[in-house]
Amino acid sequence: MVKKDEKISFEIDGQTCSAWAGQPLLDAAKDNGIFIPSLCHVQGLKPAGSCRICNVNVNGRNMTACTTRVSAGMVVENHTPELNELRKTIIEVLFVSGNHFCPSCEKSGNCELQALGYRYQMMVPRFPYEFPVKGVDARPDLIYHDRNRCIMCKRCVRSITKDGKHVFALNGRGGEHLHVAMDVDLASQLTEAEAQEAMDICPVGAILKKEQGFLVPIGERKYDKAPIGSDIEAQNG
Amino acid sequence: MTKPVLATTSLAGCFGCHMSFLDIDERILELIDLVEFNKSPVDDIKTFTKQCDIGLIEGGCCNSENIEVLKDFRKNCNILVSVGECAIMGGLPALRNGISIKECLEEAYLDGPTVKANTEKIMPNDEELPMLLDMVYPCHEIVKIDYFLPGCPPRADLIWNALVALVTGDELKMPYEVVKFD
Ligand code: SF4
Ligand code: SF4
Ligand code: FES
Repeated sequence: MVKKDEKISFEIDGQTCSAWAGQPLLDAAKDNGIFIPSLCHVQGLKPAGSCRICNVNVNGRNMTACTTRVSAGMVVENHTPELNELRKTIIEVLFVSGNHFCPSCEKSGNCELQALGYRYQMMVPRFPYEFPVKGVDARPDLIYHDRNRCIMCKRCVRSITKDGKHVFALNGRGGEHLHVAMDVDLASQLTEAEAQEAMDICPVGAILKKEQGFLVPIGERKYDKAPIGSDIEAQNG
Repeated sequence: MTKPVLATTSLAGCFGCHMSFLDIDERILELIDLVEFNKSPVDDIKTFTKQCDIGLIEGGCCNSENIEVLKDFRKNCNILVSVGECAIMGGLPALRNGISIKECLEEAYLDGPTVKANTEKIMPNDEELPMLLDMVYPCHEIVKIDYFLPGCPPRADLIWNALVALVTGDELKMPYEVVKFD
């Protein structure tokens, strides 16, 4: 657990960093101005360790930075050709295993998966496109769930509730394809603000609010001008 | 010195990538000094008259004619470049990939809300027409593609920079703002 009374120091790519003992490595890196890519992790939510994009090398072994807690003297490698290549490969797999038609996606420009594609300069995935058949559930009034773009990060599963009940859940553990499903009754009860929260927690365009697409013009969206993570790195001077 | 020869085509695309190519504005004058055009909608040459150095491909493959043209480009061009999302991953035409051909045709010619004039319920089936493929394919899943320029369309600067880099052998300039998937 995080010990807010004990500062420790450790090392990332040769840079000395300080953090609270037990802090998730991914968050600690961020506090020290170092970007480790993430998709399933959100600061404050219980780490899931499912997307593997945050792979770093800790004392000689590859581990996910979101589920690893920092300890004194830890030696971490982050920005290496091997790890960056691994991350690019994961991004490519995510692109071919869903249906990502960025030109027609409302999240385009604000999407974390796409932004990582830019950051790691994916010009084309090296794997064949699967074009899987996946559904869209547009029954609730305020939001819809497009499984074509869902990367199964479970950020929504871990965070979005209505009256204490989970709106999104992982389904199909026995036999059926594993997928994230939306509880239509609960989703239909979401307020405007809760619907917005659900849309914002999703790193991609799988949860979107209805009737408000393409609000920000091209050129002014979150990742149009600067790569994802550059805000974190800017703190490092 | 003879100029490098360029060919271009639009397969299952919307000509947006060609329009973006023309968006290089006054650099079009430099382009004429830089390359010679062969088969391309830009100069309306319909068949290859010589071996080309570079072929720019817009659009993916949705029918038998696209495949034929793409293979012809592979044969006649030393370097092939997939230009834009449709060439790279099928693009918007590939939205039909999860739907059967039968359903697509019925929607387009019989049941669609805008189908009014087709009172005789005719489905186009003239033998002159190319066959639709079971789905829309990225170009590199049909022939070998050497380079990829993402974007819908790729920014004019990206197409221009890539062309100049290919012709001159200089390193490709890829500022962050010009490589986008939309
Ligand atoms: S979710 Fe992201 S990567 Fe997928 S289509 Fe939308 S913008 Fe592109
Ligand atoms: S809907 Fe979005 S937040 Fe939920 S699992 Fe899928 S990608 Fe993650
Ligand atoms: S962010 Fe660590 S595994 Fe997804």
